[in-house]
Amino acid sequence: MNFLNYIIRRLLLLIVVLIGVTVVIFILMALFSPAQRASAFITDIKQFGDIDSIIRTYGLDKPVYIQYFNWLKQIFQGNFGWSTTVSRPVIDAFKFFFPNTLELALFSAPIIILVGIWIGSLSAVHRDKPVDHFTRVLAIVGWSLPTFWFGLILLMIFYGYFQGLFPPEALGYKAHTFVNSAEFVRYTRINSIDALLNGELWIFVDAIRHLVLPVITLTVVQIALVMRIMRSSMLEAMGKGYVLTARAKGAAWKTVIKKHARRNALIPVVTVSGWLFALMMAGVVITETIFNRKGLGWWWARAATQLDIPSVLMAVLFNGILFVVTNLIVDILYAYIDPRVRLG
Amino acid sequence: MFFLKKRRIVLSFEEHPRLKEVKFSLSKIIKNPLSIAGMSIIFLYLMIALLAPTIAPPKYEHEPFRIPHEGYSIIPEPPAPGHPFGTTTKQYDIFYGVIWGTRTAFRIGFMVVGSILVIGVVVGSISGYFGGIVDEVLMRIVDIFMSLPTLILAMAIVTALGRSLDNIMKSLIVVGWPIYARTIRGSILSIREEDFVEAAKALGANDFTVIFKHILPNAIYPVLILASLDIGAMVLTAAALSFLGLGAQEGYADWGQMVSLARNFIVGPPDQPLMYWYVVTIPGLFILFFVLGWNLLGDAFRDIFDPKLRRK
Repeated sequence: MNFLNYIIRRLLLLIVVLIGVTVVIFILMALFSPAQRASAFITDIKQFGDIDSIIRTYGLDKPVYIQYFNWLKQIFQGNFGWSTTVSRPVIDAFKFFFPNTLELALFSAPIIILVGIWIGSLSAVHRDKPVDHFTRVLAIVGWSLPTFWFGLILLMIFYGYFQGLFPPEALGYKAHTFVNSAEFVRYTRINSIDALLNGELWIFVDAIRHLVLPVITLTVVQIALVMRIMRSSMLEAMGKGYVLTARAKGAAWKTVIKKHARRNALIPVVTVSGWLFALMMAGVVITETIFNRKGLGWWWARAATQLDIPSVLMAVLFNGILFVVTNLIVDILYAYIDPRVRLG
Repeated sequence: MFFLKKRRIVLSFEEHPRLKEVKFSLSKIIKNPLSIAGMSIIFLYLMIALLAPTIAPPKYEHEPFRIPHEGYSIIPEPPAPGHPFGTTTKQYDIFYGVIWGTRTAFRIGFMVVGSILVIGVVVGSISGYFGGIVDEVLMRIVDIFMSLPTLILAMAIVTALGRSLDNIMKSLIVVGWPIYARTIRGSILSIREEDFVEAAKALGANDFTVIFKHILPNAIYPVLILASLDIGAMVLTAAALSFLGLGAQEGYADWGQMVSLARNFIVGPPDQPLMYWYVVTIPGLFILFFVLGWNLLGDAFRDIFDPKLRRK
């Protein structure tokens, strides 16, 4: 019962935050002139000829709260406006770009979490040994790295010396043509997964080769972060009474580390994982821009520089929803694992 | 009478607990190798920023931040006398750009973090001290802001306000304050119930005095640590926004923009792939070490001021 209460409370909070996010977006929108704002309501390129009628239809010259509800109504009907950067409705552009970004995230997230946890606990177990010093230096340098610069350095080395090994964009020309032909069934629209489902191994290899550099760029900063959190929480766990008890009972050091210390040390990492997801979306904007990988981040970065307002607002809305939902899932998982949370 | 007065002064000088704590912290800072490394790096940058007019005399007297350029050739030129770091595309001098870019970085870091520190402390204090409905409303606003990734919200705000460095700073202030407000609220909540606060209230101190004289000095440390870590982070985000093309007009001394200008000259011709290495590497290293310096310092502060580790 308690657990159910907790979930209901969290869901109500989620709704409050989401309404807030739409208000923030709307305030942002109010900074533009009515003519600029009109593009947030357009569904067809032909409508650009008659901006005045759009302004009248959606009441862009009316009081702010009326505009807000008009806009919200459009959002719920799936009309996010027209994206001038890619010349198609925002919602279509989103459907088009999303799989590429999802693919990048799917390959990066496990690496960030597994490598970060592994190095972090290694560092804690060998506290003040060379391994520890080395990883700590690595963590702080990694955390200070400008992602956009690191990506460019990778480009310099790999495009310069190993031409064609890890090419830019999401797929090579040949693979791209084949993927868009009738022979290839798009189950998920994620290149690597579709390639496997179609049994086309060469496309899978091609997709992976295009993923290597973006994944490295995206993971390096965040691995540093996970590593740091893991190290300090592992150190704290190793100083706890239950670890000492387990040792006193005669359990092997390895078992104690694995089963007693590391399990508990994982809790703070779980807590920040929702936040890590948000950080990753920011990294995606930079990474996709550098490697010319046509995903959400690439689109948003171009939209921001070309005053494509509906696309930028969509970016904010999408990230708000993503963050709130992932955090809700994390919190529920967390409450399920650790009873202290839901009782507190 | 005179004797008593004198004695009181001596006592307050020698045994004032807050002064003693500051001294203890300082001794810890000086003994910590990480903080020494961080401080040296920042000191070096500070020197560069202060001596910029001597190191790289401005060509345009009233616009020192405008990077001088000779000609409009888009092909970068390698380091040579007169251009110690070479020139980037359109012949902007890289040396001049990174030296004056240091001033830009300090301006961004101090202005942004200073502003969010003030806003965060005020909002957080109000929220934590008064509690109830005020707290609930303010914290939900914080929730909303914290549910949006820094870079993306900042990007949207700069798009709305128009491209410029000042607007990047404004957007970072809007995005940055909530975490400060939440942190200060947290530490105030834990201090609010302490006996010395009750004592101050019982003695008739008003809310303002209680918050600023009794609670804040004891609650401020976590936020100060956050601030020292954030100067690097904010400069990094500002550089990323500049890199995306949302910053100052072309030719302004700004590290992020200089990396962005290098984008078409990452890889040289096939026989000399690293021909243009200096164009991207040098401005990037300036960003990296600047951020590293602040992160080292912030990290050391965190270890020093963490009550769990403090006296070990």
